[in-house]
Amino acid sequence: MTEPLLSISGLTKAYPGVVANDDVSFDIQTGEVHALLGENGAGKTTLVKMIYGLVKPDQGTMQMHGRPFAPNEPRAARRAGVGMVFQHFSLFDALSVAENVALGMENTPPMRQLSSRIRDVSATYGLPLDPGRTVGDLSAGERQRVEIIRCLLQDPKLLIMDEPTSVLTPQEVDILFETLRKLTSEGVAILYISHKLEEIRRLCDQATILRHGRKVATCVPSETSAREMAELMVGSSFANPKRTDHLPGDVVLELKNLSLPAPSAFGISLKNINLSLHAGEILGLAGVAGNGQDELLAALSGEIRTRPDAVSFQGTPIGHKGPTARRALGVLAAPEERLGHAAAPDMSLTENAALTAITRENLQSGGFLNWSATREFAQSIVLKFDVRTPGVEVTASALSGGNLQKFVIGREVLQRPVVFVVNQPTWGVDAAAAAAIRQALLDLAAKGAGVICISQDLDELLEISDRFAALNEGRMSGIRPAQGLSVEEIGLMMGGAHGMEVAHVSD
Amino acid sequence: MDLSSINPTLLLASLIVASTPILLAALGELVVERAGVLNLGVEGMMITGAICGFAIAVNTGSPFVGFIAAAMGGALLALLFGVLTQFALANQVASGLALTLFGLGLSALLGQGYQGIKPPPTNSLDIPFLSDLPILGPILFSHDLMVYLALALVAAVWFVLNRTRAGLILRAVGENHGAAHALGYKVIRIRIMAILFGGACAGLGGAYLSLVRVPQWTEGMTAGSGWIALALVVFASWKAGRILLGAWLFGGISVLQLNLQAAGVAIPVEYLSMSPYLITILVLVIMSADKSRAPGSLGRTFHASD
Repeated sequence: MTEPLLSISGLTKAYPGVVANDDVSFDIQTGEVHALLGENGAGKTTLVKMIYGLVKPDQGTMQMHGRPFAPNEPRAARRAGVGMVFQHFSLFDALSVAENVALGMENTPPMRQLSSRIRDVSATYGLPLDPGRTVGDLSAGERQRVEIIRCLLQDPKLLIMDEPTSVLTPQEVDILFETLRKLTSEGVAILYISHKLEEIRRLCDQATILRHGRKVATCVPSETSAREMAELMVGSSFANPKRTDHLPGDVVLELKNLSLPAPSAFGISLKNINLSLHAGEILGLAGVAGNGQDELLAALSGEIRTRPDAVSFQGTPIGHKGPTARRALGVLAAPEERLGHAAAPDMSLTENAALTAITRENLQSGGFLNWSATREFAQSIVLKFDVRTPGVEVTASALSGGNLQKFVIGREVLQRPVVFVVNQPTWGVDAAAAAAIRQALLDLAAKGAGVICISQDLDELLEISDRFAALNEGRMSGIRPAQGLSVEEIGLMMGGAHGMEVAHVSD
Repeated sequence: MDLSSINPTLLLASLIVASTPILLAALGELVVERAGVLNLGVEGMMITGAICGFAIAVNTGSPFVGFIAAAMGGALLALLFGVLTQFALANQVASGLALTLFGLGLSALLGQGYQGIKPPPTNSLDIPFLSDLPILGPILFSHDLMVYLALALVAAVWFVLNRTRAGLILRAVGENHGAAHALGYKVIRIRIMAILFGGACAGLGGAYLSLVRVPQWTEGMTAGSGWIALALVVFASWKAGRILLGAWLFGGISVLQLNLQAAGVAIPVEYLSMSPYLITILVLVIMSADKSRAPGSLGRTFHASD
């Protein structure tokens, strides 16, 4: 075996109260795609931050090409040939593509020269990009290209990618993979973090699996099933969601020609959306982030009001009603953003439970809160949805993402919704918790509620939905039965590759 | 009412003088806000600069040394704000308001014994030929050095912000401090430097009031100039060139106000005094539809959590 490109041995990093990485060792070879797997909080992000020089390890060493490698800041890591594409893009909305690229480079050439180099590289790797455009106007796929090109311009030896495909359509993922394969054929190594196990099986040569900060296994993804990898990550086997057969009932929710102007400068307007949701069914809505999901959820929850007959519930127009009135009827919603939208970060779980359940659960009398009933309700959520928390008095922000998500979903499900709208129910949630949340949605539908599940995770939608549609730039595709849909067809419903058909990797 | 008593040449010349203090202060605040920090203490830093500059100039007899002392005084007060907001992570709005109150009190204390004194004069430049031009001479070419320094500073700030890497990094920090930190830029260090620059500019602006425009020391003599400078930054939608236009406009209003009073026009002064704020509110409303918006991280506390 040749000398590894990057060799990590015994890396340890502890934060107060938690060991993020505990004695992690592995090698990355030149030209390989190395997957880093683990649940949320397993320490993947801390590990790559150490490689990128953002965090200093407490113990352990790294070697690059056999020489000691200890970057004390990202600049040093970049100089050594490490590039990183961040999970939450590290881009500046108000600046142009070229300015964004310049900020992530050492030794920036003059702007004009930089622009022509951006054009060259983007053409070589099939990632078309106009250096003069403002980043705030770009789609998620294009923004990712900015990050990738920023790395490529520095001739990286190792490219770190943190969840790169979570914002892409299947077609865009194909283009990305083609680019990555071209890079590895040139000898670039890629350290690839993702939750999407099927993608890892397609792309990666080696996988290192972390659990609670420790390396627990390595495997060759193409020879390991997704299920096996998921179980290695979680450390135990878990049940797949099961659906029971039942017939859909009457229409509970209907949208007629729902159109909305964009609520904010970077928002999306909804255009002529029609759908009818039956009792007992789950309608899956796919779409790349920022194609009207938040706006549709707001129109359904009542945060944005519309003309009365645009939204009707069991035949009664409710478009003009606010969230509280809709909750009273049984139309409940759980938005995507857990902290700040679905839950108030600095309020306790009890208080957060009261915020949406106050009417339906009768938690008040004469304007006074009934704290003991509220506490009981919060405790029942914690119990039934397996929320891991020391108690219901801790603040929402103290919970991990997955636990808070279980709490937020549980809070609505336990209020016996007639219609339940949820956006990204399992975003950033580990496999076991995700399976539990999906099961809860299936159970809810089995009991006769109509569920609209908006998600960017296609596997999730195909697993739980009865019918399927996609949002693209505020328009909704036709609704089709979910059974028998291929990923290819879904990709086209989601708008294909957003004008990227012209892009081809040149040889 | 006798409008003919208003001499347009003199009006324009005094407009340029009147706009200089708010121009300086607003330029400093522009840089601070582009770095993502909202310092509402401009008024406090201005008046501190006014008394520091005045006292030092009187004691040394040199207005030049006075201006330097004013810049240092303003920067020192700004450093207090920087330490509070960047290291102690205090709320920027509250800290800024406290800075204004503190500055007003501090300057009153320092200024005891300086009331009623005349400062050493700051000479106007006498540029051969240019100063003697009719009309243009008095308007453009017969001011003191600070006026030209302020104008040069507009160009310098514009150039640095838009054409240099340092300016790009500063804007990046103000736009998205999390991303800037992830790329390895020292957010807090850059912000502290911007805050110091803002304080120095506000101090210079204040000293221009006490040494040139008025010129004497009275308690609370800035009389809201700091707030006008803050409004001016919003009015200019965070662009250096528009700061100059705005400063002339707002400066022009205050000059006009005096002239109209002298001419006996029966407009209550209060209407003119509140007009900069009304214009700013109007601009804010119009701007909400415009894309030139505030820096993305403006006023948000940065903490490198990991």
